Amino acid sequence: MDTALQYDRLQFAVTATFHYLFPQLTMGLALLLVYLRTRDLLSDGDHYHYAARFWTGIFALSFAFGVVTGIPLEFQFGTNWAKFSEYAGGIVGQTLAMEGVFAFFLESSFLGLLLFGESRVSRHALWLATMLLWLGSWLSGYFILATNAWMQHPVAYHVAADGRLTVESLLGLLTNPWLIWQFAHNMTASVVTGAFVMAAVGALYQLAGKHPALAKTCLRTGVVAGAFASVLLITPTGHESARQVFEFQPVKGAAFEGLFRTERGANLVLIGQPNMETMTIDNPLVVPSALSLLVYDDLYAKVKGLDAFPPQDWPDHIALLYYAYHIMAGLGTFLLAVMGLALLWLSRGRLFNARWLLWLLMLSAPFPYLATTAGWMTAELGRQPWLVYGFYRTEEGISPLVHSGNALFTLLGFLGIYLGLGLLFVLLFVETLRHGPTEPAVGQAGS
Amino acid sequence: METIWYALVLFVLTTYVVLDGYDFGVGILSPFVARQEGERCQVRETIGPVWTGNEVWVIAGSALLFLAFPKVFASGFSGFYLALMIMLWLLIGRGLAFELREHVDHALWRTFWDTIFFLANLLLAFVVGLLVGNLLRGVPLNASGYFFLPLWTDFSPGSLPGLLDWFTLLTGMTVVALLTLHGATFLVMNTRGEVQARAEASAKAATVVLVLLLIAVVVTLPSVQPAFGVHYAAAPIGFVWPLAAVIALLIRQLSAGRQRPFVGFVASSLLVLSLLVAAAWGVFPNLLIATTGQANSLTTLNAATEQTGLEAGLWWVSPGLLLVIFYQLQIHRLFARPAEPGFSLTRPH
Ligand code: HDD
Ligand code: HEM
Ligand code: HEM
Repeated sequence: MDTALQYDRLQFAVTATFHYLFPQLTMGLALLLVYLRTRDLLSDGDHYHYAARFWTGIFALSFAFGVVTGIPLEFQFGTNWAKFSEYAGGIVGQTLAMEGVFAFFLESSFLGLLLFGESRVSRHALWLATMLLWLGSWLSGYFILATNAWMQHPVAYHVAADGRLTVESLLGLLTNPWLIWQFAHNMTASVVTGAFVMAAVGALYQLAGKHPALAKTCLRTGVVAGAFASVLLITPTGHESARQVFEFQPVKGAAFEGLFRTERGANLVLIGQPNMETMTIDNPLVVPSALSLLVYDDLYAKVKGLDAFPPQDWPDHIALLYYAYHIMAGLGTFLLAVMGLALLWLSRGRLFNARWLLWLLMLSAPFPYLATTAGWMTAELGRQPWLVYGFYRTEEGISPLVHSGNALFTLLGFLGIYLGLGLLFVLLFVETLRHGPTEPAVGQAGS
Repeated sequence: METIWYALVLFVLTTYVVLDGYDFGVGILSPFVARQEGERCQVRETIGPVWTGNEVWVIAGSALLFLAFPKVFASGFSGFYLALMIMLWLLIGRGLAFELREHVDHALWRTFWDTIFFLANLLLAFVVGLLVGNLLRGVPLNASGYFFLPLWTDFSPGSLPGLLDWFTLLTGMTVVALLTLHGATFLVMNTRGEVQARAEASAKAATVVLVLLLIAVVVTLPSVQPAFGVHYAAAPIGFVWPLAAVIALLIRQLSAGRQRPFVGFVASSLLVLSLLVAAAWGVFPNLLIATTGQANSLTTLNAATEQTGLEAGLWWVSPGLLLVIFYQLQIHRLFARPAEPGFSLTRPH
């Protein structure tokens, strides 16, 4: 049964990580698309119209992959985590159903309209449809995060006579304190992804000397949005997320910071390798007392280390968790630096000719993806050994009769299919870029 | 309260089959009714704008089942593990075939996706039928309410059945025929010219096959699931559903031809709906019938969430779904204009 647990976990991890590559782009782009469509309404030329149209195409590509990889996640609650579903369906079912009814319908229905209805409706209608698309995608983020936030920090439930859970208050579920910062941080991260991708495409066209007007619009939009979002990502949202982890899940915090022993005036480890044998960090580079300061606003505050908790409550992949967290935070600094530079150059009117900076922008596009993946690994590996934090263990949740052979078979199936999908996505993305936008007729408003 | 939720979940899932059902049907028919590139575009344009919106009904349906009957969601989804995983992979292939076909302008690329599109839709319709068959026949639930079905055992619907046996094979084929008819009717409504004529011919052929298969199912059902008639006997009002199915089939036949395609489509939607409800009526109040003895069956009563959860859910689900129905109807109306031969929309790239 143990191996079944491992395959189930691995399968969820693989499918969720892969799925999330797509929604983060669509959620981020949705906001930027609202901007482009709004400019389109306000300007007289066709420039923004075609820019919005081009990005709607890329949005649709990512959306299609998001949809097909999302359904397996929804189903897996029942297929692989049957005991958990039976136990917590009264709660998790509510938020997942809300996501379907309020968010997915909205997104899916209006994307069809945007893609196929261009010639049938007015620009105002296109603007409205884009607004609804944005609303839909952010709502789906909200409801799915409400589900996850409840697993991280269960609230508003009560235990029925038969031991299963039911929701006590829907409002409580949707205003889970954990959810508020998680949503803020996660959505800011997806805006960063969207902005980096947009800026990178702009940089590519600018470097290649193709589609000059579009290139500038993409660069300008991407850089301004990206710079703002990168700041918000670190503070307040990243900072508050970390603080909240120390408040509600101190073991997770200790593990991802690499704090093995409880300390007063705890140091913040910048780099170094955790050594699970000696329970120390090898070759550390630290900022003295910074962890205490960041978490408790006090240089001498006591921060609990792993030794303060029984080992059976420790997450099971501490080293991986530590690296994931440090990669996310490290990349956060890097992304801010890139966008900061670009904004500075943009404001001085030098960005469009600074080839080295354009190259940097273009090559940075994968890093937000890495950072968000690392961030989710932090959140989810750190949640272990709990499925519902604090009272329901992961091993209790799996389907009783799905044996390891079946789970392994489908895990391998997903790996194979997703490898193909990944290649296909890259291929089609490149193809879309090569094809470029449908250029507006002559006399375009250069913006 | 449980019964209201049962009706709600049934409604959403049947709506899924009605809506995505015509997508399946169109996919199954596409190689037959569309012979050249222009016709293929014409056929795909009919479902292009609406298919994702249709597919969401299965997500919503499964999530509502999860909300209202977590025990059934858990038991059913893990028990039908293999069938559902295969269904997921088919849905992936089908979805991508829709979206990616136009992305590369090469004949081989298009042929590849056309083939995937046809096969995935055909198999999806079959899997849906397989699941319906399994629900009718019953599954080997153990005392704690779980089961696991292998793909097949000895092909007979005994006490240790597999997903596939002769009966579920029959229901699988029935649903393929049913959705082929439904898709053909949809095409008659939304296309013109050659394609429309071929769609009408396919609808006729599908009707004949469907009627034969349905008779076979109805004849064999009592031997496979002796309890099927019980709820009908207790609540004979349910006979309106099979009756509605027969009437719908007749109307579909009579409105055949190209004069009243919309009526035909409404009739075939009604046919799909009433057949599914008629099947559900026979097993109600069971959600999962146990082949291991009625005590193990999961019913609306022993599988539901607690009352408070059901009540809390109801007041947001109802307005939510009404809203969805409202805007999906608007969008369907917008795209109801038939696709002309050789008609192709310029899509943003
Ligand atoms: C572009 C992506 C990105 C970047 C640069 C950062 N984050 Fe992040 N972070 C995410 C993207 C992300 C995420 C993928 O969006 C996560 C995963 C779960 C979640 O809700 O958000 C997340 C989770 C997450 C968590 C875990 C919450 C939990 O355990 O549930 C913490 C503590 C932080 N972040 C803190 C930070 C800090 C202090 C950063 C800056 C220095 C930072 N993040 C940069
Ligand atoms: C899309 C971003 C997400 C990523 C990348 C992600 C990643 C992961 C990973 C890596 C695991 C495996 C943990 C382990 O085995 O140690 C996991 C497990 C799991 N996650 Fe997530 N997750 C994501 C979102 C979510 C959300 C939103 C939910 C809830 C709705 C969720 C629910 C689960 C469940 C039920 C498991 C299996 C049980 C467990 O191992 O704890 N995940 N996920
Ligand atoms: C692990 C839990 C998750 C489940 C069960 C899940 C489920 C789904 C499903 C079923 C779809 C297809 C919807 C459609 O047909 O329109 C989907 C797409 C989507 N999901 Fe997820 N998802 C998960 C994780 C996430 C996370 C963490 C986010 C963001 C915070 C997210 C955001 C979205 C968005 C915005 C879409 C729309 C399609 C797209 O933009 O690519 N999902 N998801």
